[in-house]
Amino acid sequence: MADCNETIRELEVFLDGELSEDSLHAIHSHLQGCPDCLQAFDFHAELRTVIAAKCRNDEMPAGLLSRIEQCFNEDFDGDGQIG
Amino acid sequence: MQYAPQLYSAALRMTRSASDAEDLVQETYLRAYRSFAGFEEGTNLRAWLFRIMTNQYINTYRAKQRRPTETDLGDVEDLYLYRRLGNLGTLSNSAEDTLMELFTDDEVKTALEELPEAFRIPVLLADVEGFSYKEIAEMTDVPIGTVMSRLHRGRKAMHKKLYDFAEQRGLIVAGDDETMKAPTNG
Repeated sequence: MADCNETIRELEVFLDGELSEDSLHAIHSHLQGCPDCLQAFDFHAELRTVIAAKCRNDEMPAGLLSRIEQCFNEDFDGDGQIG
Repeated sequence: MQYAPQLYSAALRMTRSASDAEDLVQETYLRAYRSFAGFEEGTNLRAWLFRIMTNQYINTYRAKQRRPTETDLGDVEDLYLYRRLGNLGTLSNSAEDTLMELFTDDEVKTALEELPEAFRIPVLLADVEGFSYKEIAEMTDVPIGTVMSRLHRGRKAMHKKLYDFAEQRGLIVAGDDETMKAPTNG
């Protein structure tokens, strides 16, 4: 069982899904009994969801896909073959 | 080209320019197409495309950036945003809904894009695209430990920027916020 300091120190690695089995178990045990730490973990998980949602919603310019496809229909590397 | 929209958004965050982002995505697909023989079936196509794009960005566009590639991010305390905004969620509104409404899309994009490149790329690849430390280390050609420390510092700087935006718009009154009781001991 980890204490609050140890738990908060592992917050990022936990959310990144990169904790070892043992550490994961220790953090889970702590979070089950500690609303303060759980709230901090929840906040950061939700913050990350918000950041991801707002950073990947750009609309592709019209024509970009067809411009790329067009390149595949040409002999762009000069080897005498299409593509 | 199912990943093109994701690549385009990421290219915008990397280059901070719509025309450079278009070029970058186009070059990425051309390179991928040309080296498709080197793609091992069963490996992750999405990760492979992002790796090509990250390489291409680092090798080509970095030279064009006017800003310094490394600047001091300053030292931001841990849990900076949480200690100031952690109490915003109410019973009727989850923290996620509150944060979603609190920050505009442009603010979040700007907070990321203003990070120096060495921090911006790993934060983008981890927090927006969900890649692992190992994948990011391979894409950016730095050791895993460096990826982790850049993520830590980059995230803190980005969160502070978000807080500054909220404060500027008067959504939060500086000094009036009830500072979160941060867990400190066992």
